[in-house]
Amino acid sequence: MYDDLIGLDAGTEELFTDPDPDKAREFFHHKNRGLVNKVTTIEQAVSVHIKDGDYIAVGGFGHVRIPTALLYEIVRQKKRNLGMAGHTSIYDSDLLATAGCIDRCDISYVIGYEIRGLSASARRAFQSKEIRKTDWSNGALAWRFAAAAAGLSFVPSRHMLGTDTFKRSAAKTVTCPFTGKKFAALPALYPDVAIIHVHNADTFGNCQITEGILVSDAYLARAGKKVIVSCERLVPHEEIRANPQATTIPYWCVDAVVEVPYGSHPGNMPGEYWFDEDYFKMYLDAVKTEEGAQKVFNDYIYNVKGFGEYLEKIGGVKKMRDLRAIEKLIYMNKC
Amino acid sequence: MCADYNPLELLVCIGSRIIEDNSTVFVGTGVPMAATMLAQKSHCPNVIAIFEAGAVAPQMPGMPISVGDSRTSYKALIASSMNDVMEACQRGMVDYTFLGGAQIDMYGNLNSTMLGGEYQEPKVRLPGSGGANDLASLCWKTNVITPMDKRRFVEKVDFITTPGYLNGKGAREAAGLPPGTGPYKVITNLCILGYDDETCRMRVESLHPGVTFEQVQENCGFELLKADNLEITPPPTGEELRILREEVDPEGYIIGR
Repeated sequence: MYDDLIGLDAGTEELFTDPDPDKAREFFHHKNRGLVNKVTTIEQAVSVHIKDGDYIAVGGFGHVRIPTALLYEIVRQKKRNLGMAGHTSIYDSDLLATAGCIDRCDISYVIGYEIRGLSASARRAFQSKEIRKTDWSNGALAWRFAAAAAGLSFVPSRHMLGTDTFKRSAAKTVTCPFTGKKFAALPALYPDVAIIHVHNADTFGNCQITEGILVSDAYLARAGKKVIVSCERLVPHEEIRANPQATTIPYWCVDAVVEVPYGSHPGNMPGEYWFDEDYFKMYLDAVKTEEGAQKVFNDYIYNVKGFGEYLEKIGGVKKMRDLRAIEKLIYMNKC
Repeated sequence: MCADYNPLELLVCIGSRIIEDNSTVFVGTGVPMAATMLAQKSHCPNVIAIFEAGAVAPQMPGMPISVGDSRTSYKALIASSMNDVMEACQRGMVDYTFLGGAQIDMYGNLNSTMLGGEYQEPKVRLPGSGGANDLASLCWKTNVITPMDKRRFVEKVDFITTPGYLNGKGAREAAGLPPGTGPYKVITNLCILGYDDETCRMRVESLHPGVTFEQVQENCGFELLKADNLEITPPPTGEELRILREEVDPEGYIIGR
């Protein structure tokens, strides 16, 4: 039993992105180094920088510090045939899979909503062969971004071996030239576009993530050929210069900056606002049927003019004030 | 079984007891979060809880909903990255992890990826590894907390998402996983299981109050071994239940579902 897995030296599934570091260098060679104003609108950021067929990766943790406004805009603009890193993904991959935006996905975590259960619409989408799949672990995708951030083609690691997760990946094995030990070899992942939500950014794209966890975003921002940042607030350039240790993402990684207060709703934005559990319950109930999913996407994405109108629809200032109070432990309830 | 607590409360209380103070524990989502928080508020005030999104040793003000939310980094020692905490596991710094899964076999292999059908078009697609494969590959001791029934405890899992002992002694090392790592305990609503040193097969080590070995075997899809000195699990204490209900999960996210 399972003998075939133990000696396997290569995964069998598709590698969706090219790990060639010289092709990546060629791209980065021509990336703009100027300290220029990159502030734009949500609509422009998505229409200019994301094209059909691109491979995208999303910062944050699936429902924590996610760039919801950018995700909604990708859905609204009906982007198609996108590839995606389903890395610690929850609401992000659910939105893009349910809306038919993606046709291939490196999966480490999709469909699940942690203790809330599962999304029926994401499950329908990922069960279908309409989305080509390759599986990994969360650590594998985190290290694949790190390999790309370092300008390499792969990184050795010591997990996944012996399992179907390895078999259904596009990893290989490698023998260490120093110790003779067997390792997994993870191909570097250079996404075409990374989209990341942060607390503070200046107009050039220098970013601070001031509270909560970083997940893999520092690496993802460096791995992405293009990076779109949404921020809770724009800050003066001097604030970046005054505290350079706080810069998580330097401007030279970033192609577009959009200021979107509450831009991670219904996700948790550490230090700013808690999850909107009312919204998640409504959403997860609605998407149990295809009709329900269509209606919730119409009501909250297709038929609203933009993120401002969406925020009004989910409860406006009062709702966001309540979510802030829970986050700041001023008062707590289920909200 | 005593009716003063529900099966999930039992799982959380028993799970929390195998955590040791001053140990490093990598915490998965759901029941493990509640068990770790209960341990922290009872016998393990200095347990170092690690969460995969990057938080280390928080003093959680309430039950996290996510292993990446702001409660996991509240008054933490560091709010770091996934790369950093996974590298700590790979470096050998993490003692325990607590995981769940849809299926588990006699060697502790876990499936959380798919049930039935073909890989590209499964009957049921599940979330995937998340951090589970990383943690069970790289932490020293892997614990599983799960309800026990024949659908979950199966002869052969449909997909090995997360490595147990694979197919027996030495298999992990042959595959290339770090030596000395592997499954440790399985905590269920019926019993606590461990693994036989020679065969690496699951064995019953402690029966919960009022549960017989036969009852456990009936709820398991493979043949179980029995420890020589089979123990009886002490039931949850009033104090454990009070802390769990009032301080750990008053909203009933885990124990009330």
